[in-house]
Amino acid sequence: MLHTPLWKRLLIVAIIVWGILAALPNVFYTRVEQHNDANKAIAAAEGVATEDQAAARGLWPEVLPSALMSLGLDLRGGAHLLARVQVADVYAQRIDALWPEVRDALRDVRDQVGAVRRQPSVPGVLRVTISTPDGMAVALEKVRALATPVMTLTGAGASDLEVVAEGQDIVVQLSEAERVATDQRTVQQSLEIIRRRVDEVGTREPTIQRQGDDRILIQVPGIGSAQELKDLIGTTAKLSFHQVLGRTSDAGADPGARNKLVGDAYDKDIFYIIADEAVVGGEELTDAQPSFDQNGQPAVNFRFNPSGARAFGDYTAAHIGEPFAIVLDDEVISAPTIQAHIAGGSGIITGSFTVEESTNLAVLLRAGALPAKMTFLEERTIGPELGQDSIDAGKLAGIVGMVAVAAYMVLSYGLFGVFANIALAVNVILLIAVLSTIGATLTLPGIAGIVLTMGVAVDSNVLIYERIREELRDGKSPARSVELGFERAFSAILDSNVTGMITAVIMFMIGSGAVRGFAVTTGIGIFTSMFTAVYVTRLIVTTYINWQQPKALVV
Amino acid sequence: MAWRLRLVPEKTTIDFFKLQWVTFGASVLAVVVSLLAVAVIGLNFGVDFKGGTTIRTESTQELDVGVYREALSGLSLGDVAITQVFDPGFRADQHVAQIRIEAQEGEEAITPEAIAAIEAALVAVDPAITFPSVESVGPKVSSELIWSAVLAIAAGALGIWIYVWLRFEWQFAVGTVAALIHDVVVTVGVFSIFQLKFDLTIVAALLTILGYSVNDTVVIFDRLRENLAKYKTMPLRDMMNLTANETLSRTIMTATTTLISLTCLIILGGDVIRGFVFAMLFGVVIGTYSTLYVAKNIVLMLGLDRSDKPKNGKPLDHEFANVDA
Repeated sequence: MLHTPLWKRLLIVAIIVWGILAALPNVFYTRVEQHNDANKAIAAAEGVATEDQAAARGLWPEVLPSALMSLGLDLRGGAHLLARVQVADVYAQRIDALWPEVRDALRDVRDQVGAVRRQPSVPGVLRVTISTPDGMAVALEKVRALATPVMTLTGAGASDLEVVAEGQDIVVQLSEAERVATDQRTVQQSLEIIRRRVDEVGTREPTIQRQGDDRILIQVPGIGSAQELKDLIGTTAKLSFHQVLGRTSDAGADPGARNKLVGDAYDKDIFYIIADEAVVGGEELTDAQPSFDQNGQPAVNFRFNPSGARAFGDYTAAHIGEPFAIVLDDEVISAPTIQAHIAGGSGIITGSFTVEESTNLAVLLRAGALPAKMTFLEERTIGPELGQDSIDAGKLAGIVGMVAVAAYMVLSYGLFGVFANIALAVNVILLIAVLSTIGATLTLPGIAGIVLTMGVAVDSNVLIYERIREELRDGKSPARSVELGFERAFSAILDSNVTGMITAVIMFMIGSGAVRGFAVTTGIGIFTSMFTAVYVTRLIVTTYINWQQPKALVV
Repeated sequence: MAWRLRLVPEKTTIDFFKLQWVTFGASVLAVVVSLLAVAVIGLNFGVDFKGGTTIRTESTQELDVGVYREALSGLSLGDVAITQVFDPGFRADQHVAQIRIEAQEGEEAITPEAIAAIEAALVAVDPAITFPSVESVGPKVSSELIWSAVLAIAAGALGIWIYVWLRFEWQFAVGTVAALIHDVVVTVGVFSIFQLKFDLTIVAALLTILGYSVNDTVVIFDRLRENLAKYKTMPLRDMMNLTANETLSRTIMTATTTLISLTCLIILGGDVIRGFVFAMLFGVVIGTYSTLYVAKNIVLMLGLDRSDKPKNGKPLDHEFANVDA
C-alpha cells in the first residue's frame, strides 16, 4: 500500500547525496576558491605548477565537485557601471571621412556640376552645394556610386548611404540599414575593448554584458571604486607602426636619441629598438580582419584611411626588405618584414599565427580605441567590508531562522515535525547545490530569498500533515491516512507552487540586478521544496510507517 | 494523545462572513487611503527610481548629522538628505549614515568630481570616515526602472489571473486578483504614509507578496473546489466558512513559519535589506488577512454557477477529487 519502488528510493537518495557533495564546497569557501584559482593558473601555464599553486591545488580533493556560488557585488564588494555607447558619434566620423571622397568624385564631373562646397550641417549629415543646379542628376549619380551594399539579415542589398537632393544641395547620410549595422558593430567593438581592458587587470569573474541596443553593463568584483573602473576602461589601447632599427635581448640596451626600446609581447627575451616617431598611428586604421595569406597561413588584413594609406605607402616603398614593428600599448605584437611597396592603404600582416591568434590580433587592432564615447547612466561602488557585514548578517539570520522554524515544527507536529525538518535541511542543501552547479550569483536579496524559502518550504509539509490529521479524524487507518494525505494535498501544493513560480519567472525576466538574484533563489527554492516535501518526506514517512506499523498515529 | 502546540483549535467554526461588511469596508477604505496617500504624499523614492546618488558613510567616531550637513552645504548639490542608520548588528564604534543627493541638473550620473568633493568635505570634518558604498543612478535609467517595476507587477498579476482562471472558475480569478491588488496597494500605501524608502528591492518584495498571497488564496480555493463537488446542496456561504475553517490551521501555521523567518531577517539580517524584509513581513500579514476576508468574499458576491452541468465537457471538480470515494 505505502510502497515506493526501489528505483525511486535509490533515485531520491542519489539526488540527496549529490546535493550534499555539490553544496559542500561552499562550506570551505576560501579553501575551494584557492584550489580553483590554482587550477586555473596551472591550466593557463599549460600544466606547469609553481610550488604555491601545487599546494593550493592540494587544498581540495580533485574528485569532489568544486563549483561555488559566486558572490554578487553587494556581498563581495566591487564596482558596477551601466554605460551608454554614443553610437551616433560614429555616424559623424563616417560622414566626415566621406567628404574627401565626395569632393573627388564630383571634381571629375566639374564641367557639369560646377563648384562644390560643403555646407555646415548637423553631425552625421553631409550637405554639399553645387553651383550648377542642372548637373544635379549627374552629381547624385556620382555620389551614389560611392555607396556600398550593406550586409544584413533583413535588408540585404540595401545601400549604406542615403543620397537626396534638396534644392541646390546634395544631402548625404547613412541609411537606416547601415545605421543599424554600424550600431551593432560599435557596441560589439566597445564590448571587446572593455572586456580586454578588464581582463588585463585579472579580477575574478567580471560581468560584461550588452544590455538593450546601446548599453553595456560592467560589474567588476574586488575593484576599489566605480571611478577606478571608469579610468580602466577609458584608457585607450594605443596602436602604432614604427620603423625597427634593431633587435636585442638586452633589456638595458641604450636605444639612442629619438629611439626607444620596446619589449616583445610574446617573448620576454626579445627587445626591439624602434623609432620614437610612428610611421602611422592606429587612429588611421579603419579595419582589420583575420584572413589567410597566399600560402594559406593565417594572417590579418588591415586597411588605413587615405592619409594613413599615403604615409604607409611612401614608407613601405622606401624600406622594402626592412622589418617594421606593430606596437600595441608599448609592446611589439608583430615585426614583419616589408615584402613590397604597399599602396592603396591595405596590407596584410603575416607571421607564425594560428587561426585563433590571427583572429585575436584583428580584434586587438580594431579594438585599439573605443569607437565612440560612453556616458555612464548608473554607477555603484560597494566596499568589501559592507559585503562581509551583509554575509555575516545573512548567515546569522539564516541559522537562527532555521532553528526557530525547526523548533516550531517539532512543537507542532512532534515526530512528523522532525521529518519535516530533515526535509527542510535537505531542501536548503539542494538549493545551495543547484545554485553552485549552475554558477548562480548570490546577492543579498538572494540570501533573503533562501531564508524566505525556508519559511515557505514547510508549507507543503504543513498542507500534507494537516490533511493527514483530517483523514485520521475521519477514522481512517494510519497508513491509509498518510497515503490520502499526500495524495489529496498534492493538488493544493501544485497550485500554490505554480503561482509562486509565475512570479519568480516574471521577476527574472523583467527585473535586473537585485530583483533577479532574488528571483533565482526563490524560483529554485520552489522546485527543491516541492521535491523534498513530496518525495523526501514521503519516503521518510512511509519508511517509518512500514517499519513501526503503528496502530494509532498522532501527527 | 501526545501534546502538540496548536495556535488554532482542532475544530473551529468561525463565521468569516459575520462581519463581512465591516472587514470588506475596512479593506476598501485601506485601499482608498493608500491610493490617496500615494497621490497626495507620494512615495519616498530611492535613487533607483528618482535618480541621484546615495553615499553610505561609516566612522569610528560618534557622528553628527548636523555637522555633515554643514560640511556639504557649501557644495551647492541641491537637495541633500542625511540620515543616521542604526542596526543591532553594528559594533559599538560603528556609526553609519546614509547621504542622498538629488540628480544634478543636466547630468546623466553624478560626476566623479562631485563625489570627490563630497568625500573631501566629509573627511575634513571626520578624518575617520570611510565610504563603504556609493551608488549613482541617472534620471533616464531611473524612469525606465519605474516602468519595468510597474510592468513586472502588472505582468505578475496577469500571469496569476490567467493561471487561476484556467485551473478554477473566472470568479476565483477575480477574487484572487482583487486580493492581490489589495495587498500590493495597501503595502505601497504604508510605504507612502510612513515615507519609507521605496526602491527596486521593494518591488521584489511586492512580487513576493503577490506570490505568497496567491499561494494562500489558492490553497483555500482548492479546498473549496473539492467541497463544491462533495456537498452539492450546502449554501455557498456555509461552504466557504467550512472550507476556511478546515484550512485555517494550515493558513496560520504557514503564516507563522514565514513570519518566524522574516522576523529573524529583520532583526539580524542587517540594515541594508531592512526595508525589503519589512515590506514582506507586512505583506504576509495582510496577505493572510486578504485570503480570509477579501478573496472569498468577492467570490461570494459574484456567485458561482453550481448547476451540475459539466463545464466545457469536463466535470466541475478536479482530477484529484475522485481518488477516494
